[in-house]
Amino acid sequence: MSGKGPFGRIDWITVILYALLVFIGWINIYSTSLTDTSLSIFDFSTLYGKQLFFIGLAFLGVIFVLFVESSFFERFASIFYVVSIVLLLGLFVFGKKIAGATSWYDLGFFNFQPSELAKVTTALALAKFLSDIQTDIRTGRHQLYALTIILLPALLILPQPDPGSSLIYFSLFFVLFREGFPLYYLGILLVTVILFATTLMYGTVWVVIGLVTLALLIYTFKKASLKIPVLPVIGAIVVSTLFSLSVNFVFEHVFEQRHRDRFALWLSLEKDEKKLEEIRKTIGYNTYQSEKAIESGGFFGKGFLEGTRTKGDFVPEQHSDYIFSSVGEEWGFLGTATVIILFSIFFLRLIFIAERQKSDFSRMYGYGVISLLVFHYFINIGMVIGLLPTIGVPLPFFSYGGSGLIFFSMLLFIFLKLDSNRLKDGI
Amino acid sequence: MKKLLLSSIVVIIGFTFIGRLSYLQLFRFSPDQILDDPAIKKIYDYPERGYIYDRDGKLMVGNQPAYDVMVIPRDVKPLDTLEFCRLLGIEKSEFINKMEKARIYSPRLPSVLVPQLSKEDYARLQEKMRHFVGFYIQKRSLRYYNTHSAANVLGYISEVNEGDLLNNPYYVAGELKGRTGIEMQYEEILRGRKGVKHIQKDRFNRDIGPYKNGKLDTLPEQGKEIHITLDKELQEYGELLMHGKRGGIVAIEPKTGEILAMISGPTYDPNLLVGRERSKNYSKLHYDTISKPTWDRSILAQPSPGSPFKTLNALIALQEGVIDPNTKFTCYHGFYVGNTLRGCHCGGGVRNLNSGIYQSCNAYFAGVFRKIYDKYDSTDEGMDAWDKHIKSFGLGGYLGTDLPTGAPGRIPDKEYYDKWYGDGRWAASTIISNSIGQGEVAATPLQLANMTAAIANRGYFYTPHVIKSVGNSGAIDPNFTTPHYTTIERKYFEPVIQGMADVYNYGTARWLKIPGVDIAGKTGTVENYIRVNGERMQLTDHSVFVAFAPVENPQIALAVYIENGYFGARYAGHIASLLIEKYIKGEITRKDLETRMLERTLEREYAKPYTGEPFKINEREW
Repeated sequence: MSGKGPFGRIDWITVILYALLVFIGWINIYSTSLTDTSLSIFDFSTLYGKQLFFIGLAFLGVIFVLFVESSFFERFASIFYVVSIVLLLGLFVFGKKIAGATSWYDLGFFNFQPSELAKVTTALALAKFLSDIQTDIRTGRHQLYALTIILLPALLILPQPDPGSSLIYFSLFFVLFREGFPLYYLGILLVTVILFATTLMYGTVWVVIGLVTLALLIYTFKKASLKIPVLPVIGAIVVSTLFSLSVNFVFEHVFEQRHRDRFALWLSLEKDEKKLEEIRKTIGYNTYQSEKAIESGGFFGKGFLEGTRTKGDFVPEQHSDYIFSSVGEEWGFLGTATVIILFSIFFLRLIFIAERQKSDFSRMYGYGVISLLVFHYFINIGMVIGLLPTIGVPLPFFSYGGSGLIFFSMLLFIFLKLDSNRLKDGI
Repeated sequence: MKKLLLSSIVVIIGFTFIGRLSYLQLFRFSPDQILDDPAIKKIYDYPERGYIYDRDGKLMVGNQPAYDVMVIPRDVKPLDTLEFCRLLGIEKSEFINKMEKARIYSPRLPSVLVPQLSKEDYARLQEKMRHFVGFYIQKRSLRYYNTHSAANVLGYISEVNEGDLLNNPYYVAGELKGRTGIEMQYEEILRGRKGVKHIQKDRFNRDIGPYKNGKLDTLPEQGKEIHITLDKELQEYGELLMHGKRGGIVAIEPKTGEILAMISGPTYDPNLLVGRERSKNYSKLHYDTISKPTWDRSILAQPSPGSPFKTLNALIALQEGVIDPNTKFTCYHGFYVGNTLRGCHCGGGVRNLNSGIYQSCNAYFAGVFRKIYDKYDSTDEGMDAWDKHIKSFGLGGYLGTDLPTGAPGRIPDKEYYDKWYGDGRWAASTIISNSIGQGEVAATPLQLANMTAAIANRGYFYTPHVIKSVGNSGAIDPNFTTPHYTTIERKYFEPVIQGMADVYNYGTARWLKIPGVDIAGKTGTVENYIRVNGERMQLTDHSVFVAFAPVENPQIALAVYIENGYFGARYAGHIASLLIEKYIKGEITRKDLETRMLERTLEREYAKPYTGEPFKINEREW
């Protein structure tokens, strides 16, 4: 340990950004859960009072992290991972059901959500595996190991059911990409998503016509010197066509109606304007209300505690998943843009920190942290402002919830702790 | 590449989000969204509607509480249904039915279960209300009429309809609005201004407190009381006399133009249009298309005025200088138009102005009428001159009274006859019926009363009106306090008024004199026809009477028009005489006359054309 103590080389810029986000988040939780009988902000019967308590717990967690020797996390990463997998398995037996999902352990004063813990431990385990001197990500076997580390918790969380949290683990692929996992996997993923969406929107026939046209255009306008083999291209078109055909089958027979409705809404599949509006107000009720609330904020917003839709509790889950709609209504475009910019700076700062690590473990863990946070942020806000279909994940540091806040904070501060020791531990 | 991947993604996401947010918050935002914000409900605080008093300060219209039994279906606890139904005075099946409707409307919001309980039901129910959880009693304000009369003048209020909502953004569905009469004319004064409270709602539509702590809220503004010109007693008495008769009566105070009474028969009790029975009663009144109780004959009926019109022709002739009071015409029990003899009831003989009026001699006025036209080179010029004089008495056009309905009557002009007969193909003799108030002239009882007031004033009138004062300030439309002068000079009135006074002294109304009161009047007997199943038939003459009294200092001028009442001096003359006595003396000395009018009805007369059998007209009753 350096003589400067546990806070010595902490990156204060990140800490300040973190504190700002937590503070703005709490302000909005206060606004959404304030009732007429104004109680003290420390009243634990209210959501904002509880959240304040959780902020306190998170602070304790952060202090704990900062006092722990930084090599501790690397050393015990595998054990943490195994423990959290056990905890996830335990949910099938001892889990407490809240809002339809068996994702919690009832600790009496506090409902503990192991899937939040697992995000930290999986990031640690992945970093530990990848930074191992014997690991070569370019070999298929190691790729498979890495995938298993990531997908095991995701698979365990899926049947809770909590598809949102499950999806989050995919963000850890970015760690792999950073460490040399071939980028064309990302390209294939992107093409798959595009094919999926376009097939639903325009039908297989048009997708195939589009692909063929694209291929012909490339051949017509490519430089003469550039040689593109014909067979693989034809193969790609055939595979794409088969995939496109399977999309329709999966959509009609594997998906349930509620999933179909969400896609119908997101991709505007329903052409009848009236029916679409109907879906928007029923299936898409949450998104409809949150869009309306954000819209009604205008440029300057309605002012703190003045959000009529927020107060009326029109947006469901507005203290947790839909907290951003309250920012939009009460603080207007000024507020939402500020939050987006704060998050962006925060992420860019973390990427900068990750890149300056000398230790592979620190860098890889850092990337895990960033990927997880960015994914949450992207899916959550994208959903609240109506760009993405409804997927229930919290907005880091903002949304109400103890497990989320505490483990996001520990996730972050473990990284900051590693960073503060980068000079000493760098090998 | 791989180092920049995540940074690029963060930046792209940031721009995408800000782009989407600009679209939502800058492009799609509109500042008046508060109007359709589901989270803000306006609730209104209604001020009490202004009271209406008569000219002496006697209350005519006030307000009374009514009690609606409300229910919030979700809050209802199991109850003793039979007991509750007994208290409400409804059947169990009806109760179940209404509860179901309320539940369908909304389980969380209040619905009216039983509207407008009587005070007695309310008193009984109130004690036991605590046993019935989920129900409560809501007080409402209804109009209260301190009279059974003047429904046609006072008007009524009813819920606003879609048209009102479109035309006037002030109103919100379910509010009440003056529909006819004074309630409509002075709606904004009586109504006041409702207060608005903005209430913050949650997504279940429950109130969760004031919006912006009531910064945008307004307080209600009390409705003002108004005093009207009617004499409550005279009005009530007049309606009593109209029992069983159809027609209209208007009494005016000549020196102010204030309408003292405005009676239409048959009429209805204004209390019928208040309370639970309202719609039933309304349909009954509305669909009575034969006696038309909601049709105000005092301002909408436009019969030919008959003989009272002769006084105007006399005045015009005097003003034009074509006769003097001594000019004589001979009556041959009628007069000749070409070779046709037109009849006259006056008894025949030589008539001057005085006896022409009090004997109501048709021949005399036919002569006078011709003379007016003969003064001019062409019939057209004569017509123009005559028209101008007649119209200066407020005839042949809307008077501008402060009541929402009215009728213009009709005074024909040359264009009218040119169209009818062709240019140059008519002359004074063609339209000679106008000389005696028959033919093409028509006037409402209000116009006739106003004409009489102008004669009583010797040459001017004030626009008749029903408003006396508004609230504390008292000021009314200056249009009602400006005299309108007729085209006849003051000096020409005296000989005509003398003739009208002699109607009581020696003439057609000599049996109707009031001891101690000098009256000037004129009878009228108006031939009339109707069509029943396409067949034109003549009915018993209308009985018309105009009068003012006292002759030297007129306090009341009136016109009485009784459908099918036969001679002017009969029903109309009797009623006019009784009303004048009531107004000037305050009591009736001639009880026999009063009893006759209270007891006699014309129902038999009115039934005649609908029997489908041949009938006699103008039968002598007494």
